[in-house]
Amino acid sequence: MEDDAPVIYGLEFQARALTSQTAESDAIRFLVGTQSLKFDNQIHIIDFDDENNIISKSVLLHQAGEIWHISASPADKAVLSTCYNKSEASTLPFHVTRHLSRVVTCGAVWRMPPEWESGSHESPDDPHNSHNPQNLELLCHLDNSAHGNTSSVLWEPMGDGTRVISLADNHALLWDLTESSTQATISSSATLEGKGQLKFTSGKWSPHHNCTQLATANDTAIRGWDLRTMSQIYCIENAHGQLVRDLDFNPNKQYYLASCGDDCKVKFWDVRNINEPVKNLEEHSHWVWSVRYNHSHDQLVLTGSSDSRVILSNMVSISSEPFGHLVDDDDLSDGEDNHQYDKSKEPLQDSIISTYEEHEDSVYAVEWSSADPWLFASLSYDGRLVINRVPRALKYHILL
Amino acid sequence: MDGDINATAPGTTPPDTDPARKRRVHGMLKLYYGLNEEGKTVDQAESMDPCDINGPHFDPEVYLNKLRRECSLGELMDQETCMVKQIRSLDSDMQTLVYENYNKFISATDTIRKMKNDFKKMEDEMDCLSTNMASITDFSARISGTLQDQHAQITKLSGVHTLLRKLQFLFELPARLNKCLELQAYAQAVSSHRRARCVLQQYSHMPSFRGIQDDCHAIMDKLAQELRQKFRDGGSSAKDLSECVELLLQLDEPAEELCDKFLSHAQSRLEADLLGLEAELRPPLSYGPTAVTDPYTGPAHRLSVEPTAGSPTGPSSLNNPFLSPSSRTDILEFIDRGCNEFVSSLCLVIASYQELFVNRPQEGELASKNIPQMAIGKLHAFVDALATRYFSLVERRIQEEKSVGDNSLLVRALDRFHRRLQAVAKLLPGSAVPSQGTEIVVRAARERIKQYLAALQSFYLNSLTDVRQALAAPRLGGSSAGVGSHLGGPATGKEAPASLPELLSTLSASILNQIKSVLASVHLFTAKDITFSNKPYFKGDFCSHGVRESLVVNFIKFVCQSSRQFCESAGDRGGSTPPALLLLLSRLCLDYETSTITYILTLTDEQFLVQHHSPVTAVTALCGEAREAAQKLLNHYVKVQGLIISQMLRKSVETRDWVNTIEPRNVRAVMKRVVEDTTSIDVQVGLLYEEGVRKAHSSDSSKRTFSVYSSSRQQTRYAPSYTPSAPMDTNLLSNIHKLFSERVEIFSPVEFNKVSVLTGIIKISLKTFLECVRLRTFGRYGLQQIQVDCHYLQMYLWRFVSDENLVHFLLDEIVGSTAHRCLDPAPMEQSVIEVICERG
Repeated sequence: MEDDAPVIYGLEFQARALTSQTAESDAIRFLVGTQSLKFDNQIHIIDFDDENNIISKSVLLHQAGEIWHISASPADKAVLSTCYNKSEASTLPFHVTRHLSRVVTCGAVWRMPPEWESGSHESPDDPHNSHNPQNLELLCHLDNSAHGNTSSVLWEPMGDGTRVISLADNHALLWDLTESSTQATISSSATLEGKGQLKFTSGKWSPHHNCTQLATANDTAIRGWDLRTMSQIYCIENAHGQLVRDLDFNPNKQYYLASCGDDCKVKFWDVRNINEPVKNLEEHSHWVWSVRYNHSHDQLVLTGSSDSRVILSNMVSISSEPFGHLVDDDDLSDGEDNHQYDKSKEPLQDSIISTYEEHEDSVYAVEWSSADPWLFASLSYDGRLVINRVPRALKYHILL
Repeated sequence: MDGDINATAPGTTPPDTDPARKRRVHGMLKLYYGLNEEGKTVDQAESMDPCDINGPHFDPEVYLNKLRRECSLGELMDQETCMVKQIRSLDSDMQTLVYENYNKFISATDTIRKMKNDFKKMEDEMDCLSTNMASITDFSARISGTLQDQHAQITKLSGVHTLLRKLQFLFELPARLNKCLELQAYAQAVSSHRRARCVLQQYSHMPSFRGIQDDCHAIMDKLAQELRQKFRDGGSSAKDLSECVELLLQLDEPAEELCDKFLSHAQSRLEADLLGLEAELRPPLSYGPTAVTDPYTGPAHRLSVEPTAGSPTGPSSLNNPFLSPSSRTDILEFIDRGCNEFVSSLCLVIASYQELFVNRPQEGELASKNIPQMAIGKLHAFVDALATRYFSLVERRIQEEKSVGDNSLLVRALDRFHRRLQAVAKLLPGSAVPSQGTEIVVRAARERIKQYLAALQSFYLNSLTDVRQALAAPRLGGSSAGVGSHLGGPATGKEAPASLPELLSTLSASILNQIKSVLASVHLFTAKDITFSNKPYFKGDFCSHGVRESLVVNFIKFVCQSSRQFCESAGDRGGSTPPALLLLLSRLCLDYETSTITYILTLTDEQFLVQHHSPVTAVTALCGEAREAAQKLLNHYVKVQGLIISQMLRKSVETRDWVNTIEPRNVRAVMKRVVEDTTSIDVQVGLLYEEGVRKAHSSDSSKRTFSVYSSSRQQTRYAPSYTPSAPMDTNLLSNIHKLFSERVEIFSPVEFNKVSVLTGIIKISLKTFLECVRLRTFGRYGLQQIQVDCHYLQMYLWRFVSDENLVHFLLDEIVGSTAHRCLDPAPMEQSVIEVICERG
């Protein structure tokens, strides 16, 4: 199937940070942040033309440092936040500063310059067209040196783009952005306390309960927080055998949560019963770095792993539409998939839809498009961005 | 003219003395005289030939003409001589015969003449006899005439005498009955009364007779009363009782009532037995006679032959329950007691009951009442009710039998139980009791199998605990001894897990022994001398479904399953299972797959001669399961060990400030630990698994100087990857590199050999190292430290893996990634690295 062939885009730099442009509902657009210690880092805005299967990109400079995390404002297309490494040594001769140099991860909110869209559209075939990439406009820092390194910045889901949470070491900080996001003030904060050096590795703001809940991961535990009181609601100790790498909330079922980690597993939790996961997936052969629910059809779960694979699973049994559609055998004869569907199984059967092996290096981020629910992107460390679609047969199944 | 057929074949003439010839001559003579019945068929064939000299249609004229026509003169001459010779011999034969006949005829005439004389004498004597007989008849007639009168008188007298005696008997009857009553000779009284009853009935219109009859009635009523009383009293013996019943029946008591009474009486005694048994079931209150008089009274059916023999001692000993406060009796004693007391009594009751009510010869009036049917019906109900209670007691007792130590006791008890019930079956055909008994035995056997399975399982778990302890104990001492000699190779690991193969063999042997002993115990159920072993259940279902499936197969499945559980539970919650145990279990399962399962099942099939009626689990399916478990365990082992090493590496990368680190002077201690641990894992795995195949080493790898990334040529290879001039080359180079190397599966299944296991562990560790490095930022010396560390790992790790290029590739990737993450990438000189690493 020609249309299902993946579209591959290569960045010049190594990259870990990927997000879709959340506020954009028409164009299929992804933002990628690069990691380079030597050069100015960039944010690539990848536009995908679904009709013609063409990728176009724009590049914005992110001179503050290498990007570890990126997220887009749900309200304003042009606003985004990054977590970046600021290395104080990088600008000075090494021998002078070697005893002073320090790498700090900071968070900041940026605005894309208004002209990027009109002016600098270019095709990827012509990479050196961007002689003068424009800089991002800094709106505000989400910094507080007292709170340590910022590992990620989370926007309030479906909010008006005025509230963000940043996770810094063992603190979760709730910021209010005022004056068109140029001013950031901490409205409240929560601190993780316990033995040793605790550090949040990742977090997710729940879109349910009026956006009053947050889930965070530190080491092997998953914790839920109530943002009104900034207190812990639940704690899944030893959620994974090893480090928990990522979390995602089911967009339709308020108590359901997916997590992934270094034990190569993806687990699905009902936070009302934290003793046992609802479901376990063990398909990857190395650490799973990213897990994402499809925004519209929560049976579709995407995972990316450092075994260089992206796996699309169909978790029908725990989705919000468990009785959705009858599987018709003819429609499932999709030859491209490495994992065949279970043709004889009932529709309730969970299954791997497809394993994508276009990446050569570890995949650290996967993301669904916010505009087209049947499209997703994955980013591997070597800078390769792959855009894939849900197999058409399955799409029609879910729709019809 | 005469001739012979022999003449045509002159050479064959036999000598005259030949007896065959003589016979032939006789034959011919016979023919001549027409006595030719024996030669009939020959005649028929030859009869039409007029030239046949012996045939009846012989025509001399034709014969002569024929001869004359056919023969020459010489032949004719010969023919003539021959014929003359034959005629001559025939004539002499004839003369001999005539002479013989004549002699016989003469002697016959003599004999007849002699007989004539004798008959005349006899005739005279017969005449004399007849006259004598006539006179005797005459005399006899006269005598009988004289005696006739006297005879009539005598007859009359004797008649009177008889009548008088009868009358006397009648008159004396009341007195006699009274006396009998006094002497308790009930039988005599009843028989006397029976004799007189009809007469009295007949002559009851005469006052004197009526008086006697009334007296008799009164006495008999009293007697019946007394009999009933005696019947009602429990104390009388079975013999007395049966006598009572017999007498009462003769006295026209209603049989049904008697049956009921008899049974209720028996019931009270049997219930006493049952109560005794029940008392034993309550451990603290149990007081019971321990000494059962004779432990084995021979085949129980003897009781049916002589029903009154040896009344059971049960009731009498029960009357004295405090005879000896016994401790808890074992099941054999219990069953013994049940058999000897209850079952024996029951048999006795059945036998005497049948004797009394069922098998008694039917006399006229009783026959019409159809007593046997009624009686049998009652008996069945009675036996069933009691047996049900007995069975429930026995079952309760069997259920208490939980310890699996000695099965023979239970089997013997069951056997005895079952055997004794056969007596009931013989006595009372068509009763449900024996089949119910068999069912109890079957249930007990099933229960037993379950218990054995549970015992095996707990034994297995206990053995695992033992192994765990054994693994934990030497480890404490071993680890301290192992430190510091990380290059010692085998010497290092030997301390700690030296006993691993021993543990494995002990474990596997003890499990096998246990299985064998359980099989032997269970086998008792099917022993030849056990009565129930030939029941269909024990022949078929017990062997195939019970022993093979429920016991052996389930146990093997349990082993596999519990092994799998080790993988699951330990994986998530911090690995509570020691890795050595995982390894050991994996080897155990693998051994099971290759040989043990087949062995055990063959053993079972042979011992129990299993005939598979229903489909059974195939050996291959079990082996598959075991293999799967082994694979899973080994994978898990790799994962756990890999994670332990990974954890060390991760901590070491995460906790260090790589930007501000100092110039490397040493290999970091963590790396030494990694190599050390890998070595000891290598030893550990080597104890249980074979070496496995490696890809051929390149010659320089053994010199330990080969390194993809550190040779000067290679240094230029990755140097450009972080030079500012060519950012695109980074991707290009690494992508090209990846194009030519296979994708590395990190947590992939391993094979059952040492090299594969070690490869798996090292892959996991190095991949972790890589991922951790990518998350950090390095200073110049940070990069150099990583270079040193990787070279060190390179020096020692290649020997463990199947494909050294894999190690090279991963280490290369690590150093490459570090270089990317380095603020000031200035690699260290290869020679310096080597010096540092050589120093250790």
